[in-house]
Amino acid sequence: MTVYILCFVLFLVGLYGLITRRNLIKIAISLSIMEFSIFLMLVLIGYIDNGLMPIVDPGLSAQVYVDPLPQAMVLTAIVIGLATTAMLMAIAIRLYRKYKTFDIREMKNLRG
Amino acid sequence: MDALIPLFVAIPLISAFLIVILGKLVKGFHRFLAPLTLLVLLILAVYEFTGLGKISITYAMGGWTSEGGVPVGIYLVLDGFSVLMLCIINLIGLIALFYSLSYITKYTAESNYFALFCLIIAGMNGVVLSGDLFNLFVFLEVSVISSYALVAFGVGKTELEASFKYQVLGGLASMLILLAIGLIYWKTKTLNIADVRNVLDAGYSKPFYLFVQVLLIAGFGLKAAIIPFHAWLPDAHSSAPSPISAMLSGVLIKAVGIYVLIRLFFNMFVFSYEIALVLTSLGAISMVVGSLLAIKQWDLKRLLAYSSISQVGYLVMAFGMGILLLLRGNNEAAAVLAIGGAIYHMINHAVFKGLLFLNAGAIEHRLNTRNLKEMGGLSKAMPVTSTTSFMASMSISGIPPFNGFFSKLIIVIAAINGKFYLLATLAVVVSIITLAYFLKFQRFAFFNKSTGKALDKIKEVPFAMSFSMIFLAVLCLALSLLALPSVRDSILSPAIDVLMQSDLYFTSTLGL
Amino acid sequence: MSTIVKRVTPLLAGLILLYGIYIILHGHLTPGGGFAGGAIIAGAFILLILAFGSSALNLKKEVAGSSNTESIALLMVVVLALMALLFGTKVFFFNYLPKGEPGELLSAGVIPLYNIFIGIEVAGAILTIFLALVIFKEESSK
Repeated sequence: MTVYILCFVLFLVGLYGLITRRNLIKIAISLSIMEFSIFLMLVLIGYIDNGLMPIVDPGLSAQVYVDPLPQAMVLTAIVIGLATTAMLMAIAIRLYRKYKTFDIREMKNLRG
Repeated sequence: MDALIPLFVAIPLISAFLIVILGKLVKGFHRFLAPLTLLVLLILAVYEFTGLGKISITYAMGGWTSEGGVPVGIYLVLDGFSVLMLCIINLIGLIALFYSLSYITKYTAESNYFALFCLIIAGMNGVVLSGDLFNLFVFLEVSVISSYALVAFGVGKTELEASFKYQVLGGLASMLILLAIGLIYWKTKTLNIADVRNVLDAGYSKPFYLFVQVLLIAGFGLKAAIIPFHAWLPDAHSSAPSPISAMLSGVLIKAVGIYVLIRLFFNMFVFSYEIALVLTSLGAISMVVGSLLAIKQWDLKRLLAYSSISQVGYLVMAFGMGILLLLRGNNEAAAVLAIGGAIYHMINHAVFKGLLFLNAGAIEHRLNTRNLKEMGGLSKAMPVTSTTSFMASMSISGIPPFNGFFSKLIIVIAAINGKFYLLATLAVVVSIITLAYFLKFQRFAFFNKSTGKALDKIKEVPFAMSFSMIFLAVLCLALSLLALPSVRDSILSPAIDVLMQSDLYFTSTLGL
Repeated sequence: MSTIVKRVTPLLAGLILLYGIYIILHGHLTPGGGFAGGAIIAGAFILLILAFGSSALNLKKEVAGSSNTESIALLMVVVLALMALLFGTKVFFFNYLPKGEPGELLSAGVIPLYNIFIGIEVAGAILTIFLALVIFKEESSK
């Protein structure tokens, strides 16, 4: 159970960073931390004590395998995370070129 | 007919990649391929719709069907509700794309625009069809990531800022959704929506699933911009190019927000009183607050964006009311009315909000401003835009004989029948407020005295744009026919049945 | 970069590339597969670009090339999946090639083909993202 609680703490760390940081890059990093805390949780859900990697070997029979589905889910989610992070970075760099700063307090075209 | 289901995802994907490859080599290739794709998809959707009736079709990807009643593969499920959504998505998509043919000429990198547009359609079709939680998440991300890029398409200061805000909040929402999916998998060891329902029917711990449901409400509420989660919507929807605003406001927030929320709460989770209460009150709050915020806006597209929040509130409130009535159990007719009214309003909102954003785009195209104070006297210069936007405004504020009147009326009648007198009053009051701010839009944009700009130089927009607006305006009138009982039975009833008989979904999907 | 780096990276990059190809080809037998292998292959190219500097290549052309490769690979994946509609039980993503002996390199039907195209796709995508960010940097430093 401790590991799940630690995952949740990591999630909250990311959320804290997302709320308090004022730098575009740091916001993107906080989002990534949140993402990875969830990936960790997903992998841990599929973990079974003393389980083998889920590849069927004809030589061995009646083994305990770890759950492969969360691993597939995490791989897919990592790809999606890569895409979101790349988009965030591209937008952040473009914003930097417009405003010459990464500070979100300077960007106030959209208020109200 | 079964074999056609994966084409809803495959065709737009193929044309998106073809546009990226060939768009630079062959001039005008994307302008031809993208509308053709959407046209084919719309024909497919209508064909499926006419052939479907009240049955539902399950499509197992890769031939991986169930093993002893437990599904092992990825399922696509086509039933009355999803096929209706497919028709709306592809119809509004086709119209918005046809409109873009003229509108998008002022931007560079046209081919990227059309490729992203096809991707957004592929993602939404996937979300609507998916019968599997994780697949649903993947398709959802496909469509929202392309919408992040499309919001920033203008690459000005406001566009980039809006897109960043949208991405951060959208990313947060995705994380909450993924967390909820992980938690569901942890307890049930399955991802198939129907199978989860099957497991839940055997017994479950209520506090845990309440937590999961709250996570899902927060996640999909962020995607659908229900009121406490709405901060990104006015910025993102007003900064995007107008056809994209029409897509985002008209279809995207419903396909990836409301539709999924409703599908999961009706067909996956067992109804619970607390969640129904939360949904109803969130809907009522966003209905009222959204309309109050819209009144003071002077930016035309922001006004429309806030009104989207308010109209989405109607949907959520009506669905929540439907669950409450079903739980109470003694008034099923009112529940049918509430759910049917919500689905009807969903279709109507897609049509008239799409039309209003296209009007806003037309005005912006000619005047290069979105500020209502700088417009005025346009009714003579732009008769088509003026007439169609008048029809859309009357429709959204619930004036007969337009479609908005009937769907709002059905929701109000359902509320009165179900003895939710406060909600019925609120719905009527909000409708009046809506009329107020759309009269403001009409007056300042079209009927006021001109503000000194050279009006005689302003011409009506090109054919592609005016044709799409006229088409949607006619649809605004035609959709009022859905209020007739015989038409309603054939079009809305299959969708209502899917939601009302929640057991039917899992028995038919799992083939029990 | 210094001469040492410039001499060593081509050697290393070749090895990394081979390793990436190995991971992709054995995707159906061992952990790994298209995504992991593709990321490794992209790593090899990125290492070379980092060592020799972006001035050594024509960035606009490279980025167009890698994004085209990516799109073609993705198109091939969808086409492979659609071809399944013609064979066997006629369902999307059906594994229509002979399955072969489990554990052999040539087995598991279409899955190695998917792995190869996904590998190319991921390599192309990561390279495109990297090159696009390099272009951003070049433009802003001008």
